[in-house]
Amino acid sequence: MYDFLIAPFVEFGFMQRALAGSLMLALGACPVGVFLMLRRMSLTGDAMAHAILPGAAAGFLLYGLQIVPMTIGGLIAGVIVALGAGAVSRFTVQREDASMAAFYLISLALGVLIVSLRGSSVDLMHVLFGTVLALNDDALTLIALISGITLLTLAIFWRALVAECLDPLFLRSVSRLGTPVHFIFLGLVVLNLVGGFQALGTLLSVGLMMLPAAAARFWTSRVEPMCVLAFGFGAVSCIAGLLVSYHASLPSGPAIILSAGAIYLTSILFGTRGVFNTKLRRHRHRTA
Amino acid sequence: MNDACLTFKDLTLGYNSHPAVHHLNGSIKTGSLTAVVGANGSGKSTLMKGIVGVLKPMAGACTVASGKRVAYLPQQSELDRSFPARVVDLVSLGLWPRRGLLGRYSREDRLAVSEALMAVGLEGFEKRAIDTLSGGQLQRALFARVLVQDADLILLDEPFNAVDAKTVGDLIKLIKRWHGENRTVMVVAHDLELVRAHFPNTLLLARQPVAWGETLEALRPENLLKARRFDEAWHDDAPWCEPDDGHAHRHAHSHAHDDHHHHDHGEVHDHPDHESGPRAA
Repeated sequence: MYDFLIAPFVEFGFMQRALAGSLMLALGACPVGVFLMLRRMSLTGDAMAHAILPGAAAGFLLYGLQIVPMTIGGLIAGVIVALGAGAVSRFTVQREDASMAAFYLISLALGVLIVSLRGSSVDLMHVLFGTVLALNDDALTLIALISGITLLTLAIFWRALVAECLDPLFLRSVSRLGTPVHFIFLGLVVLNLVGGFQALGTLLSVGLMMLPAAAARFWTSRVEPMCVLAFGFGAVSCIAGLLVSYHASLPSGPAIILSAGAIYLTSILFGTRGVFNTKLRRHRHRTA
Repeated sequence: MNDACLTFKDLTLGYNSHPAVHHLNGSIKTGSLTAVVGANGSGKSTLMKGIVGVLKPMAGACTVASGKRVAYLPQQSELDRSFPARVVDLVSLGLWPRRGLLGRYSREDRLAVSEALMAVGLEGFEKRAIDTLSGGQLQRALFARVLVQDADLILLDEPFNAVDAKTVGDLIKLIKRWHGENRTVMVVAHDLELVRAHFPNTLLLARQPVAWGETLEALRPENLLKARRFDEAWHDDAPWCEPDDGHAHRHAHSHAHDDHHHHDHGEVHDHPDHESGPRAA
């Protein structure tokens, strides 16, 4: 038991780093995922993940496989797409889903083009799928910084975020924070996706954001516990994924996301608000 | 008027260069209770949005006296009922004007919330999820939120829609309580009997004010007939409503207000002679 669960993390430095990095990622990304889901923007996360590709690729093209330039590039590309799509939806008749799709597709095509200018398909695989087992100090510092900023921002803007999700027109009638909060939130999404792509890759970093959040929705009907639970699920997925990847020599990123997927599927079936409890079991009811 | 809570100055509100509220002038007295009445598309909700500031005026201005807090209950709420919130969370949003983004909710705040719930007859509903409420219960909860907001100017847009008779009675009682507390209240309503019974003042709208003043006077049959004849459609070939020198000069188009009703009430202003900006219809 010890050999299976604990030993890999005690004996190997790269496993410790991978664990620390992925747990910190989950700490910031999972609550952000909860709000993405509650705002019905789950697929926006996916679109944003694609949108940061050209920035990361440009950093890669100029500096090779280094974390800082690629992160900054990804951040710039993500912010441009988020601001562009958000502005189009706020100030024109077009809804956010359409403008987001348009912007991220342009961005994705640009990204693939840039990667192919220099790299081989192996490089592209690195950018797309990440390498959590090769996190260096720079990457860990960056991830710690991002999750710290995320938690702080969430704590400050919590009430406005909840109000903007629950009753946006009311928020507009009492405060001017509605639009800024929307953009701040999109900024957090980009930040966490960029933080995740070194570990999980641009495509899979959104998985650690959305899957635990989606799973947590089946267990509770309040926002605060949902965020805590999402982080719990995220943490368990990271540990389980790393162990599976270690023992079965599987790629670590997909192993983590698949663990989260397993939790999600289990939650659909057996969560307190899942299929089994709400649909299949016969319910007794009270008189009032 | 010195004790005006709300002043309209040549206010025109609308969408896509077509006016929905056309050149409204006048003021709402502090502490007054006004019903806003009119056919569908006559600009009632638009006026409410303009007062709150959710919709910017196309011309003119709408000024709320300084220091007055506004509470607004929209007709079509953008409330997301699937959001995981409890009744108490929804009503606590009303604390925003007092506590803002970061202020902690004090014991008095919680007390205010539970008193508001009691006042609308929802005591014991605190922990209920909002997606389990009926339409009438949700409307009561939203009234509780308005109570908590503790505003000086209260705007209610069709609050009696799809609400049963008992609830209407309870909500009317609340509105009268606000009126008694010298708050200024404007309510969009369709039920003329209800308006005659409970509202001292009425603004009868048909894009332009048809009548504005004491309810019994404003809702006289000839005014209602005039309001009913109003053409709610927009006309893309309607001439532009041009500013002119404010005198005899009239354009070929004629506003249908030549026979405009005159009142002696100070707060009633006739359609001004000078016009600016939007189309006439």
